[in-house]
Amino acid sequence: MPETRMLTRRLHEHPDDSWTADVAIADGAYDALRATLERDSGDVAKEIEVAVLRGRGGAGFPTATKWSFLPDDSFPRYLVVNADEGEPSTFKDHMLLQRDPHQLLEGVIISSYAIGCDLAFVYVRGEFALGGERLEQAIADAHRHGFLGRDILGSGFDLEVVVHRGAGAYICGEETALLESLEGERGMPRIRPPFPAVEGLYAKPTVVNNVETLSAVPHIMSMGGARYAELGVDRSKGTRIFSLSGHVRRPGNYEVELGKTTFRDLIFDDDLGGGVPGDRTVKFFIPGGASSQWLTGSDEHLDAPLDMDYVQKTFGVMLGSGAVMVYDETVDPALVAWRLVKFFAHESCGKCTPCREGAGWMEKVLYRISHGLGRPQDLDLLLDVGDNISPGLDAPFSQTTICPLGPSAVSAVVSLDKFFRDEVLEKCPTRIPVAVGGAT
Amino acid sequence: MAYSDVNRRRAREIIDRYPRARSAILPLAHLAQDQDGYLSRDAMAEIAELVGASPAEVYGTCSFYTMFKLEPVGKYVVSVCTNVTCLVLGGPELYEHLRDRYADDDDVHVEEVECLAACDGAPCLQVNYDFHLSLTAQHADELVESYKRGELVARTVSGGRR
Repeated sequence: MPETRMLTRRLHEHPDDSWTADVAIADGAYDALRATLERDSGDVAKEIEVAVLRGRGGAGFPTATKWSFLPDDSFPRYLVVNADEGEPSTFKDHMLLQRDPHQLLEGVIISSYAIGCDLAFVYVRGEFALGGERLEQAIADAHRHGFLGRDILGSGFDLEVVVHRGAGAYICGEETALLESLEGERGMPRIRPPFPAVEGLYAKPTVVNNVETLSAVPHIMSMGGARYAELGVDRSKGTRIFSLSGHVRRPGNYEVELGKTTFRDLIFDDDLGGGVPGDRTVKFFIPGGASSQWLTGSDEHLDAPLDMDYVQKTFGVMLGSGAVMVYDETVDPALVAWRLVKFFAHESCGKCTPCREGAGWMEKVLYRISHGLGRPQDLDLLLDVGDNISPGLDAPFSQTTICPLGPSAVSAVVSLDKFFRDEVLEKCPTRIPVAVGGAT
Repeated sequence: MAYSDVNRRRAREIIDRYPRARSAILPLAHLAQDQDGYLSRDAMAEIAELVGASPAEVYGTCSFYTMFKLEPVGKYVVSVCTNVTCLVLGGPELYEHLRDRYADDDDVHVEEVECLAACDGAPCLQVNYDFHLSLTAQHADELVESYKRGELVARTVSGGRR
C-alpha cells in the first residue's frame, strides 16, 4: 500500500533541493499563505477545528482548542514552535525541518496570523545544526520575498521569526521546560496552572505547537478543513508521519492516513517497512516513542489500526510521537527496558524527587537484571519504585511529578512485567545474598 | 574580555532579537563555544554582563545543557548514539570501539549520547553535529581520520560554521 504523501510530498519529489526557496515557491509554497491573508484571521482556527487537527508532538491535544485558550484581549502573545525532537526513535521533525523548512515556516506565518502574534520563536534542537541553518536561510529568503517582516504581502500583518537553538536536553521538548530554556534558564518544567496559553513565555499568552502540526496547517488551509477531515477515522484525522526503525528491512519515515493503516501494514508492507530481516518474527514493538507502553508481535496487536484513540482505549498504549521501534526474537526485552530507563534517568531534570531518584534506582536494578545479576524479587521491586512515580501503574498514567518524564520511565517497567515476566524471572534464578546494609 | 570585537557585535545583535536579554544566554554560549572550542569562565562572565545576569546564573543555566563543554575538548566532538534503536544495531559496540581508539588523542573527544533522531540510519553518530549514518567501526575510523586530515570540513564544537 502506498503512502499518502501530503507533508512529505515535496521532499520526496525534490530530493536534492526541496529546502531551497526557489524550488519550494515554484512548487506552491506560500500559496496557502497568500489565500489565507485575504480571509478573516478567525477563519484559520475554524478550518483547523473542522479538520480535527491534533498535536503531532505526542499528546494529541486538539490544536484549535489549544489556541482557543488564549485570552481575548491580552497582548503581546507568542507562537513557539517545538522543534526539539528528542523522543527516542522519533525522526520526523528532523526530516521536516531539514528538508522542507518553507512548509514549516508557512505554517508558522499562517498560525501567527490566526492567533494574532507578531513574534514567533522556533526552538530547534541544538544537535540539528544543518536543520537550524536551513531554517535560518528559509527565514532570510522569506523576508526577501515579502512573506515575513512588515506588512506581509500588503495585508498589514507583521511577523518576525527567531530561531533559538537548544543545547542538548530532552526535557526541553516538554513545553514549559522549553519556555524556561527560551527565557535563558535551566530547562525545568513549570507547575500548571497557569497554562502557557494564559501565562507562557515572559508570562504572556503563548501557544506551543509541534513542527509536524504546523507543517499540516498550510495543507488544511489550501484543501479546506472538511476535505482534510475526509482522511482518517473518528477523531484521528488526516495523515501522520510514522518513524519506523529497528528490525525492519526499510526503516524510515512513512506518511500514512490515520486509522486506515495497521501496525502490520507499517512493519510488513513492501511499500513501507518491508518486513523483518531474515524473516524473523516480531517479538515486541514500542508504538509511540520511548514513553509509551509496549505491544507484542501477537495478531491482536499487529492488526490494530494506527488510530490514537483506539490504541489508547484498547491496549493502554499511545501513538505518541509517531515512532515505532521493532524488535525481533533475538532481542532481550530487559536490555531494551534498561537502556530506556537509563535514558530517562539521564534526562531527568532533577526537579521532582520521585523522578530524579526513582528513575536512577530503576536504571540500576534493570542494569543488574539485564546483565546477569538479577534477583527474583527485582521485578516487583521495580514495580514498587514505579508505583511511587506513577501511582496505580495505569495508562494513561497518574503522576507524582510535575511533568510526564518520570511516568514515561515507568512504561518500560510495566511493559516488561506485563509481557515478559516469565522470561525475566528465568534470567534471575537464584536469590543472591544481600550485602549488609543493602536494599531488599 | 572573552569575545572578539566581531563576536561582541554579533552578541549584541543576537540580544536585540529577544524581548528580554536573558533569553540570549543559550545562543551567546554557543557563540562563545564557536569561538573558543569550549565555554570558558571568562566567556560566561561576559555573557552575564551583556544580558544583565550574574556569572553564577549564567553558569547555572549553561551547566544544565550537555552540548556546552566547560573544559576544552579538542577539535572534534564525536557523539555516538547508543539509545534503543542503535542499541540493537551496533551502537554500543561502535561507541566502545571509538572511545578506546581515540582514548589518547587530544583532538578527538568521543562521547556516548542519547537518540539523535536519525534512527533510519542506525547506528549513527555526529562529528561536531554533522550526521553520519549506518556506520561500521571501519567506516567510522575512516571518517574521523578524514576530518583529521582536513578532507572533510568540520563545524565548530558547537555546530556552527567557522
